[in-house]
Amino acid sequence: MTESSTSIEERKSAAKTALDAHVREIVQWHFDPENGTPFWLDYVQKLDFDPREDVRSFEDLRRFPLFEDDWLRGGPVRRWVPKAYQDRAIHVFETGGTTGIPKSRVAIEDFRIDYELFSETLPDEHFPKGENWLMLGPSGPRRLRLAVEHLAQHRGGICFCLDLDPRWVVKLITKGWTEHLEAYKSHVIDQAMTLLSAGHDLKILFTTPKLLEAFALRLEDEGSSLKEAGFTGIFSGGTEFTPQWTRFAVEELLDGVYITPTYGNTLMGLAASRPVGPEDGYKITYYAPQPRAVIEVVDPDDATSVVGYGETGRVRLTTLTKEFFVPGFLERDEGEREPPYDAYPWDGVSGVRPFHKFAATTTVGVY
Amino acid sequence: MINIPVLRWGTPYTSLETDTVVHFDTGEELAKVSLANGGLIQRDMRKAQRARDLLREIPPAELIGMVKKAADLYMESELPLGDGTQSPQDFLKYQSATTGLPEHMCRANMEKNHFVLTKMDEVLDALTRGLDLSIFGKGHGVEERGVPLSFQAQAPVLGLVLPSNSPGVHTLWMPVIPLQLGLVFKPGPQEPWTPYRMAAAFFEAGVPRETISIYPGLGDIGAAVLASCARSMIFGGTPTVDRYKNDPSVQVHGPGFSKILLGDDVVDDWESYLDVMVDSVFANSGRSCISCSGIWASRHTREIAEAIAERIGPVAPLPPENPESALAAFTVPGVAEAISSEIDRHVEEAGTEEVTKKHRGDDASRLVSHERCDYLRPTVIHCESKDKWLANKEYMFPFVSVVQCEQKDMIRNIGPTLVGSAITHDESFRKQLLDAVHIDRLNVGAVPTIRLNWLQPHEGSIIDFLFRARAYQEA
Repeated sequence: MTESSTSIEERKSAAKTALDAHVREIVQWHFDPENGTPFWLDYVQKLDFDPREDVRSFEDLRRFPLFEDDWLRGGPVRRWVPKAYQDRAIHVFETGGTTGIPKSRVAIEDFRIDYELFSETLPDEHFPKGENWLMLGPSGPRRLRLAVEHLAQHRGGICFCLDLDPRWVVKLITKGWTEHLEAYKSHVIDQAMTLLSAGHDLKILFTTPKLLEAFALRLEDEGSSLKEAGFTGIFSGGTEFTPQWTRFAVEELLDGVYITPTYGNTLMGLAASRPVGPEDGYKITYYAPQPRAVIEVVDPDDATSVVGYGETGRVRLTTLTKEFFVPGFLERDEGEREPPYDAYPWDGVSGVRPFHKFAATTTVGVY
Repeated sequence: MINIPVLRWGTPYTSLETDTVVHFDTGEELAKVSLANGGLIQRDMRKAQRARDLLREIPPAELIGMVKKAADLYMESELPLGDGTQSPQDFLKYQSATTGLPEHMCRANMEKNHFVLTKMDEVLDALTRGLDLSIFGKGHGVEERGVPLSFQAQAPVLGLVLPSNSPGVHTLWMPVIPLQLGLVFKPGPQEPWTPYRMAAAFFEAGVPRETISIYPGLGDIGAAVLASCARSMIFGGTPTVDRYKNDPSVQVHGPGFSKILLGDDVVDDWESYLDVMVDSVFANSGRSCISCSGIWASRHTREIAEAIAERIGPVAPLPPENPESALAAFTVPGVAEAISSEIDRHVEEAGTEEVTKKHRGDDASRLVSHERCDYLRPTVIHCESKDKWLANKEYMFPFVSVVQCEQKDMIRNIGPTLVGSAITHDESFRKQLLDAVHIDRLNVGAVPTIRLNWLQPHEGSIIDFLFRARAYQEA
């Protein structure tokens, strides 16, 4: 065993110890009869074990049945707020929601904490502190909208936002209204171009692959580029972040502007990626913000069984914060299990894409 | 296994995403095809004008010469393909292996493409009604009789979103290079072979590489080609036709619903036309838009259906390399089964009858399932009236409905018809047929629907699609 591998083994072990301790703390918190979370205090009656006594490690969370995201549809949302936090200012964020009642998640400080932690992974050279941001992403009841603004503010900048309704975009896609879809995309890019021309000195961009492509091409049409427009760093996310797309962006769209891919959602927070580049075929590997969230790659037919390194499986997510407890939820994504990495001494996932059994019915990259 | 790159204005580009093309019957991996992403196309199309500019530097007559040379190279030569080369024999083998068409049908399609390429001067002369081709490059000129005229290209390149299952469609775009416009292909996932081989032949013959792009991929790539090219052709089913039929930038080629109409004056002599009917239904495994899917007559329809069924009903699948093989395989799982189930459901309708069943031998099943592919055996339906559900349907195998319908009701009930072969001497009926705007190619007399005259336009003139006649005056 080499010195560096010993070192990573030690860090893996320390991370695991910290995770187990965190699991115990979070379970104690949510199941505490005085201050715990109404949903879980009600749910515990259906369990054949006592979480506060029997959950001693991350592995013990397997005793919980899988979390059903349908529980998040509809109210009262206060049942998800720990009693200890009932008097705090509460945000509610929604996912999707093109048909029927969307899933919602309450949040108090989690989105700020998640993005502040993520902020530590951003290189100052490309994401200079004190500079202004452009949020070229969804508006409305989405966590991303406030989270990116908070990230900008946390780093001393001001975030400029625009209107983008992803639910309308999904409707345009499902109806096959391509012309309207293109018009709406242009409408969004028009707003970005207007902000860019308004003297706000924008330096950092949050956006999605589709919009980044449209924005870069529009700038090119007007004889400019992301770099010439003043951008120094791009933070972007989505399952459309494939190695080929990333290579195309780096080689042909970005004009040297730094980009960092991310993987996240309303339930988890934000997973950072290893540096992406040609040396490993633009492979994108994400690591969850442990111990607040854990990503595992599991056998699609047995969600309690983690697949081997390099093998494909479905993404299983566990969220462990004092605001929100999700003891194992099967994402609608799949990918390959990746080994721990220097900066993140726990498992990661690469090649994230819609789970193949849902792929035909999933509308991805809507904005 | 061959690695086939994306071709970006003639320059190979190996993508990090690939699709493996496999033999439909054996599962053998034949090629790894690089997949494009949409942004790549949008960026490349910014240079589309260069394709036109380069081609305009070469006189049309020289381009026609190159096309004719390319015809022979395509037919006879070992040509570059990805990281290897491909002989004509391999081309046929691979095309058959991925599309499911028997090899001899692939050869027939290859010969058809070769024929059209070698007759390109005649084809263009016919399509342009004898105009000096330099007018299309220059943009204006003067007719022989002294009348000034101008034709303005509506796009520097033609985008093509091609199908997987019908390698016969390529003749439609062949006049484009001599018209000094570039080509942008999105090949069908199972049929990358023809665009790459044709491009290689063109390059070897002297056509500038910077005039042709090929972007393999899925639906999003087709959409990107359509969105990025001011003029495109797309091939697809009825939903595709409905989606693009009102888009002037897209020429959409869908199901043909081609038909034979027997006039009252000849129908009592129907047996004389049985060969024409059988050929029209059965050739190319019924897979073309010009394959006949409906035979309409006022009487003798049951006898006609029985006679056709007797001829084609016994035909069963054979291996694709067998020269007697007459049926193409369905290589996409579930498609054949879905078609067969749909027919079974609607054949229950009163007044609808399948007449092929008893001719199929011991196993009367229409659906023949193999380990990795399926076949559908020829099916002849008799419909007592035009109102039956199966009276006007088209499927990708030898399928025909023989429909009983009064002659006076035929034209207004046949619906859109790509090729209408009307066998009649009745002048009044002929006149009505000539006026029927929903018939695209009209054959009068005993002409099989599958017999095309290459000097005639197909689903609209490509000249009218790519060029706009306009006024031009010089002081």
